[in-house]
Amino acid sequence: MNLSYKTQRIIVITAFLALPLVLLLLFTFYPSVMLVWYSFTDWDGFGFDMNFVGFKNYREIFSNPEYFRILRNNLFYFIGGLVQTALALFFAVILNSKLKGRNVFRVILFLPYILHQVAIAIMFQTVYHTSYGSLNKLLEMLGLGAWKQQWLGNPAINDWALAFVSLWMYMGYNMVIFIGALQSIPEDLYEAARIDGANAWQSFWRITLPGIKNVVELMLILTLSGALQAFTVPYIMTLGANDTSTFLMKTLDVAFKFNQFGLASALAVVLLMMVAAVVLIQRLMLKEGGTRA
Amino acid sequence: MKARQGFFDFMKYVVLLIGSFVVFFPLYSVFVGAFKSRQEFYTNRLSLPSVWDFGNFAIAWEKGDLALGLGNTLFILVVSIVGNVLIGTMSAYALGRFDFKGRNFIIGAYLAAAVIPLITTQVVTYSVIKALGLYNTYGAPIVLYLGADVIQLIIYLQFIRNIPYELDESAMMEGASLFTIFRSIIFPLLGPATATVVILKFISIYNDYYVPYLYMPDRGLRTVATAIQSFVGPNAARMEVISAYILLIFIPTIAMFLFMQRFIFSGVTSGAVKS
Repeated sequence: MNLSYKTQRIIVITAFLALPLVLLLLFTFYPSVMLVWYSFTDWDGFGFDMNFVGFKNYREIFSNPEYFRILRNNLFYFIGGLVQTALALFFAVILNSKLKGRNVFRVILFLPYILHQVAIAIMFQTVYHTSYGSLNKLLEMLGLGAWKQQWLGNPAINDWALAFVSLWMYMGYNMVIFIGALQSIPEDLYEAARIDGANAWQSFWRITLPGIKNVVELMLILTLSGALQAFTVPYIMTLGANDTSTFLMKTLDVAFKFNQFGLASALAVVLLMMVAAVVLIQRLMLKEGGTRA
Repeated sequence: MKARQGFFDFMKYVVLLIGSFVVFFPLYSVFVGAFKSRQEFYTNRLSLPSVWDFGNFAIAWEKGDLALGLGNTLFILVVSIVGNVLIGTMSAYALGRFDFKGRNFIIGAYLAAAVIPLITTQVVTYSVIKALGLYNTYGAPIVLYLGADVIQLIIYLQFIRNIPYELDESAMMEGASLFTIFRSIIFPLLGPATATVVILKFISIYNDYYVPYLYMPDRGLRTVATAIQSFVGPNAARMEVISAYILLIFIPTIAMFLFMQRFIFSGVTSGAVKS
């Protein structure tokens, strides 16, 4: 090999970056830009036949309360996500203390995260089934037969039942991240607090929580953007029946079922803006805190 | 003081056992259901099966196209993961070791890409895939997992910073080419990051539903995720077979989890820091 390092450098940079950059442009940036363009057209998803229609799609979205009523269903996933974050922190604190068998419990609580999501959704169909579901059978066995429910059929509770599936899947994931964050808090801080006579509750509020503040914020943001994008669980379990449709399900329906790609693009842009707003708020909050996530 | 500590520990175990029960109850109910006969399934929902019968698994395997689904999934997994590791290590080497014009711009572009929720742009990506002639081929999920998901690059970029540059320099003194340095120094030293990438990709690709669902509706191209959905539809009444099917699908990731626990926990933690 007689090439100078200068030449080699150019070859390596070009050769190693060409393919990844083409892929990045083609599948991330080009679609994002075109999404915005299509949202101003009446494209039906086929061919090149499209007309510029200005803000018509956006006017339709903002004048049709149906879309925002659906957004309310995403709210259940957000509330579920808040509960999930709180539970994850609670279990992380417990499992970060010196406790026999804590590794076993960590593995158990994390287990759902690695399981196949579609299979989990179908598993919960068999759990929630009104006549043969294991949940109603369990309630019967415990003498709580009066609590039996049509978990997926009753519009008053089915969104909660679906949000619970999502909580079941992701709680362990949040917990493991919290455990990682907790382990980065130096042990002697607690030692010093104990010497000063602080109880466990005080140490939690004064040491633990400030020490993992950034991670808590990060989790809340992920929860919110995850809730806005809720899709797999309700899609598999109910197909949106009994008023369980989410914003993203609606968007994909408008595109692929009704072939209104222009309108669907506008819906996707609205969703993207909501997620971007959430991420932006996070960045600003972290900057204020002055430390990295 | 000691008694109080004992009480606290006792309460911790109570809470942990409740949590474990909530995790295990759905799993337990599909597990025992999978071994029951049709009649027993509907009469004795929660008890252990009176006879451990593997018949449901045989039906699920055959009727659910599971051999096909697992084969397709495995193929897509291997190609995508190998590609992700190569692309990730190569770009990390180019971006992490050389200072050139546009470098910060490219890194910024990757970070920005990580923020865009890909599922929102599917409406357009769909037409790109069609225009490239990749619709209904293995190519569609593979290019999407390679190009659209950039987490591996961020993990590698973070990692390569901690590999001392002196190693590169001393190899250059001995006249090694840059490609040799990449292949025999950088690539092996990125090993721990590769373990993380492989695991995170394995879990996310194996679980992914919407990419195969949108881009490979062809029956012969079913993956585990799409095969199960079509299996459940017409057979919805046979919950005991569905239970067996669910268990079969759970097995690959559970096996991986038990063997690679340590890597998974560190992978999840480092994967989160990037966002």
